[in-house]
Amino acid sequence: MNKPEERVQLSQDFSERREHLKEMDDQELYDYFWELAGKVVEPMLEAGKVYTTPSVERSVLLRMGFNSIEAGAIVDGVISHNLLGKGAGHVVWRLSQKLDKSVLETGEALARGEYWDEVPGLFGEVAS
Amino acid sequence: MTLKPLEADKRMDVRDILEGLENYKSPVRPWHWREERDIEHKHGDFSYYEASKPLKQSVPLPGSRGFGYIDPQTDCVITTEIASGRFEDDVRRMRMAAWNGADHIMVIRTAGQSHIDSLLEGTTQGIGGIPVTRKQCRATRRALDLIEEEVGRPINFHSYVSGVAGPDIAVMFHEEGVSGVHQDPQYNVLYRNINMLRSFIDACESKAIIADGGMLQIDGAHNANATAMEAWKVMPELIVQHAINTAFSLGCGIKADNIALSTVPPTAPPAPCMRLDLPYAVALRDLFKDFKMRAQQNTKFMESETREATVTHTLNMVISRLTSVDVQSTITPDEGRNVPWHYFNINATNTARQALNGMDGMRQMVKIDREGPLGDRVRELKERAVLFLEEILHVGGYFEAVEQGFFVDNAEYPERKGDGIAREIEGGIGVNALYLRDDDYFAPVSVHYGNNNLPEGVKHATDVIGGDTFEDPSKVKFIDELDESDNVNVRLEEKKLYYDNTNIVRPEVEFMADGYIVVTLQLPCEKRYAEVAALEIGKRMNLSECEVIHSQVMHPCEGTYIEMKGKVDFDIDLNELEMPEVKENLSEKEIRDAIHAQGMTIVAGTIGEDEHSVGLKETLDIKHGGIEGFGIKYHYLGTSVPVEKLVDAAIETNADAILASTIISHNNIHYDNMRKLADVCVEKGVRDKLILVAGGTQVNSELAVEAGMDVGFGRGSKGIDVASFLVERRRQMQEEGILD
Repeated sequence: MNKPEERVQLSQDFSERREHLKEMDDQELYDYFWELAGKVVEPMLEAGKVYTTPSVERSVLLRMGFNSIEAGAIVDGVISHNLLGKGAGHVVWRLSQKLDKSVLETGEALARGEYWDEVPGLFGEVAS
Repeated sequence: MTLKPLEADKRMDVRDILEGLENYKSPVRPWHWREERDIEHKHGDFSYYEASKPLKQSVPLPGSRGFGYIDPQTDCVITTEIASGRFEDDVRRMRMAAWNGADHIMVIRTAGQSHIDSLLEGTTQGIGGIPVTRKQCRATRRALDLIEEEVGRPINFHSYVSGVAGPDIAVMFHEEGVSGVHQDPQYNVLYRNINMLRSFIDACESKAIIADGGMLQIDGAHNANATAMEAWKVMPELIVQHAINTAFSLGCGIKADNIALSTVPPTAPPAPCMRLDLPYAVALRDLFKDFKMRAQQNTKFMESETREATVTHTLNMVISRLTSVDVQSTITPDEGRNVPWHYFNINATNTARQALNGMDGMRQMVKIDREGPLGDRVRELKERAVLFLEEILHVGGYFEAVEQGFFVDNAEYPERKGDGIAREIEGGIGVNALYLRDDDYFAPVSVHYGNNNLPEGVKHATDVIGGDTFEDPSKVKFIDELDESDNVNVRLEEKKLYYDNTNIVRPEVEFMADGYIVVTLQLPCEKRYAEVAALEIGKRMNLSECEVIHSQVMHPCEGTYIEMKGKVDFDIDLNELEMPEVKENLSEKEIRDAIHAQGMTIVAGTIGEDEHSVGLKETLDIKHGGIEGFGIKYHYLGTSVPVEKLVDAAIETNADAILASTIISHNNIHYDNMRKLADVCVEKGVRDKLILVAGGTQVNSELAVEAGMDVGFGRGSKGIDVASFLVERRRQMQEEGILD
């Protein structure tokens, strides 16, 4: 990609801009269209793999059997403990192992504000 | 608990739907296409080539009366968009829509839901839509189960996976049997100002869930058309928006078959829209040949006139039929004046059914001509779209392009006006809510997009929790209500009278017994006065909350046409109505036996200056179930027959009866003509011995009898009604000694 300062403003004139497309047949134009579309969305698809968000994590908790209120409360707590990068469901599961309780019981307790003092240390140094 | 099937003559009671709702569980419901689409269908005398499996029960189009009430179902899915703000009323509208041919029910969300960073719960009332919650979805899906059983065709339930709680909603939809969704991160970015990166990251997870549920996904590109001031110039951008969401969705795992473009013809009359929009439609179908077309109606240029909206809708469907359509959308023609009403949903659905039926198989005879201006324009649009994509990459990618205001610019790309919607990469709602996944990030779910690092010894992500809700639906937690004063139970209690007593009715357009009626009127004055005068008329008619919903100049001073809504505050008890007696016909056998025992001859014709003949011929003709089929002989004298001629013919042929058809009814001319017929019979001394029957679409039997007839038959009457009357009347006259 060009650096901003090196970028030239592209012409707004269609006949000028289309010069390089003129000789393409319909199939070539079609292939080029999808090649470009693929390139445009690639960075977003990559970002989706390495980032998570509160709503992604709530959606995980919902699927683990928590309701929307519990999921919201747990994610808020995980964020305030700087652990969302571990995965909110991951935190609940690890804690359930530590407490020797079911995942559901553990999450419900977290949603009520309980056991948060047990959370730091679940992932070793990272959580401190 | 399984609910009792619906009965065609009983209203659906939403209280039954709510009973035990917490234990109702819909299976996952992948999108359903109509069945038997690739075979020829026969209905009456006709073949259909773009049709599908017929419905078990339906309300055929009004015009079907002339064709034996056939009701061919189109090959494409037909959408209706429903959301009054109260789901308990919406489900009844869904039932009506399904009976009129809709099998894709789209539920609009309440204003502002996309900015709420959580699922909503309960059944609070919405504005311009319903709050889409688990309870609303579950209740609606449960109602649709009954409705689809009743009409004999699966119904796709649809809503929106957008806003800052996209993945939450996608999960809930998967769990509650939703079959179709809108999902397009560009919508969040451009129109909801939700942070760009957040939108796309959330969309990755949402789309992975949508893919797993087999839902049909519709994009949001049509909004660019609705937003741009000069919508006819944004075609290259529309193609680009479609491409971005399509390529992105494929990358998230949605199959091409489940990716639909929300494509809208960008212009509307009086622009020469077919010439402008058709090349665009062709270009789109060329570039997106592997994907589905959801043909949306143009709403950009919709005003408050429902007729005009209907014509635009119909022209849009000509494009659907000339090119292709998988899902035909129907915007209600009243969208330009209010939150859509019950019957406008049905009107829109019927506009689609009517237009698409009418154009069935058209492509066998009419083809797109790519030689000439259309082909050139198609190529040009594709090139302009390609250049747009090139420049996105040139400036550093999609986010930079949005930041520089590339989208919803009112010039035709590559020309630029510089008035596009610009959003900041580091701005918008939900910014600063992105978290890098650590190397040991883990999400114990069966469907997940992106890095998911299983802890040592774990084979499947959900092993650690013994399966997630997609694998074990019994794990789904149901929240009933969170708001004690704003929920369906409170509303049902307010309307208890009408739920408990279906005989008590009040007009309604939106909510049960809301009292709304519409008065249409014309006033011979200028529009400004006419609107105020109309409100005064409404007041004197004892209507409350009057509002002019449409006014139109017929001439600057000669006339203004007005449609005004207002409320009535009284109920009607159906049990207290004096109902006209429904006459039971004799059986076909009884009629035939009576005619066999003693023959009957009649003369028939359309009287007055009236050239209508169809209704009378159907009443006579054996092929249409007419009286001839019972052995009655007839002499048909044609149209515009003078009454004297009819009476003379009756005397000459020694007829038992005269059947006079009277369609034209201006100034009650039809009753005048009946009176004249009776008078001539009296003059000629044959009134006592002749049975006089009048028929026509505007004929009321009581008024016909007052005009000297023995009986009158109105709209919808059939041959057997007439034959049965003739036999009974003759029998009565014989008993009275008038006849031998």
